Amino acid sequence: MVALTQWLAGLPLSRMVRTISWVIPLLQTIHILAIGMVLSSVIMIDLRIWGFSRSQTLVQSSHRFLPWLWSGLLLLTVTGIVLLVGEPRRSLLNGTFQLKMLIMALAITATLAFHIALQQNGKLWDGDPDARWKAGIFAAATLVLWLAVTAVGRGRWIANLLPR
Amino acid sequence: MQRVTEFLKWIETTEVAVFMSQSTWAFSAILMLHLIAIILVVGMITIVDMRLIGLASRHCAVTDLCRDVLPLTWAAFVVATGTGLLVFTAQPVKYFDNYAFRMKFALMALAGINMLVFQLMTYRGVSNWDRDASVPLAARFAGAISLASWLAVVAYGRWTGYSMF
Repeated sequence: MVALTQWLAGLPLSRMVRTISWVIPLLQTIHILAIGMVLSSVIMIDLRIWGFSRSQTLVQSSHRFLPWLWSGLLLLTVTGIVLLVGEPRRSLLNGTFQLKMLIMALAITATLAFHIALQQNGKLWDGDPDARWKAGIFAAATLVLWLAVTAVGRGRWIANLLPR
Repeated sequence: MQRVTEFLKWIETTEVAVFMSQSTWAFSAILMLHLIAIILVVGMITIVDMRLIGLASRHCAVTDLCRDVLPLTWAAFVVATGTGLLVFTAQPVKYFDNYAFRMKFALMALAGINMLVFQLMTYRGVSNWDRDASVPLAARFAGAISLASWLAVVAYGRWTGYSMF
């Protein structure tokens, strides 16, 4: 792993990210906004499942918000990779970062499973309150996982923002 | 200006401020909550703004969308404000001095005024264009200004953290 970080740190992209002062804050800002896309999409779908909004069917709202969720995830991945290449040691060798990656793997798996389940059972869940209850737990778990990823992700930065 | 500095210095002496500036775990946890709350505010408000601008959810009634999105957005905003105030007490003079921090507030004020104008004037006639894919220009403007200002708030917020030291 250490050898990997050294190799990454030597890449021209890495040097560029580190030397141009506004690249990292810009990437982090986009990263934050992409998290917003993911979280709000999950929330909007969850609201349907939990019955807090009845203006659309579950099928309609998952159709509408899932693309935003996956686009947000793509944006997170791209910005995340560039940030990682820019500061490989701070990321790859950091325990909190590794924890974040682990939780993220769980969150992505849960979201994928949720997406597939929605495709197969959306209509059923729209009609059957009992089935929707189970889906509701699934939905809550997905949201909690993504919030956990966000919280752990922040834990890394916060250390830099403490009052001195 | 003198009065402002005195006021800020006074804040530093309060129990809350002393606690916030000395307890690393409290500061970290509250800042983390602040960041998550802001992300929720911006993420949710974007849904309404995109509808007003006409880029997404064009088949949804505006009133339906607002009813679904706004309560949660307000709740998140309250949390963001409360946690933000707490974080501020940790270093009031330094934060106030910070250009990015002041810009963040200026843009939040813009977003707020924009929202008020929209709510009190433009939204009054919503039943006329509730289901239109293309809403009136005033509403579209409101959506665009809202989106732009909140994106800038996030950027200035990030910059504040970066430029505090």
